[in-house]
Amino acid sequence: MDQGSTVTFSRNTRFFVIAAISAVMASVVFAYQASLISSSRLINPGELVQLLQSAKAEKPLILQVGSRVLYEQAHIPGSEYQGPASDPTGLQRLRARVESLPRSKSIVLYCGCCPWNHCPNAKPADEALHAMGFANVKVLYIANNFGVDWVDKGYPVAKGE
Amino acid sequence: MLALAAVAIFARYHASNPAFHRQQKSGGKALAPDFFLPDLSGKSVALSNFRGKVVLLDFWATWCDPCREEIPQFIAMQNKFNDQGFQVIGVSMDDEPQPVRDLYQQFKVNYVVVMGNAKMGELYGGVLGLPIAFLIGRDGRIVAKHVGPTNTNALEREIENLLATRTDH
Repeated sequence: MDQGSTVTFSRNTRFFVIAAISAVMASVVFAYQASLISSSRLINPGELVQLLQSAKAEKPLILQVGSRVLYEQAHIPGSEYQGPASDPTGLQRLRARVESLPRSKSIVLYCGCCPWNHCPNAKPADEALHAMGFANVKVLYIANNFGVDWVDKGYPVAKGE
Repeated sequence: MLALAAVAIFARYHASNPAFHRQQKSGGKALAPDFFLPDLSGKSVALSNFRGKVVLLDFWATWCDPCREEIPQFIAMQNKFNDQGFQVIGVSMDDEPQPVRDLYQQFKVNYVVVMGNAKMGELYGGVLGLPIAFLIGRDGRIVAKHVGPTNTNALEREIENLLATRTDH
């Protein structure tokens, strides 16, 4: 090889390389995006509050799959902290919590750490439970964060561990 | 001793009670609650150490994508305004410090980072989603609260205006 020679790429080649890299990066980002959860598997905060306040309706098991620090400041009364579902340890803890439950059990998952499209926890948690055969799972749709979409709306809140 | 204890209890109550939150909503300039939190080497950092500087207090976490996207912007701001008396303080709401240390190295963060907790969040009216950033003037009063990803240009203008304000202590 001629020392000092350089390899150059045409404009089209550079474009396709950049596009390919972008696609790979996007697939990684979108892999856990909560926005990909089907709307039929979502429940709005107002709907959940009505369900919790109803004397007749079966109360779901509510599992927080986000941040402990956020959970300790404020969480839905009766909910259980399971750890961030984006983390293998958190996901394992979630699976262990529900393992012995009947697969028809009503479960609501929620996070509220960040804007919905950026939440890294909701989709992995939802997918994990569906993979285990749970058919009655809903994910609480939190558009902005738990503070804005639940606490500031005056919905019931508990604090501590 | 009793007087000091009474003052401490009074300050703690008013820093964490709903009145602080209401004052924020009404636009009142509350004093930013002082805190003592460990940095990534375990050394205690107090907000009061930065009185006289304009402080950007950023609540974030390593698992929060919008938070991570802001870090290069805050690094650039620290570089740009450092000599004018500006300080970014990142309050990590991660459960453990190691991921924070890893990211600190990866991004070559040039500002103070401390480990936050639930009490710190409550002190600032409840940090119930990320990112949240407070802009604090030289007089220690909260000038602005930004919920969600910040508009860099708008934030820089706010910082420049505050840096132009001198406060006698």
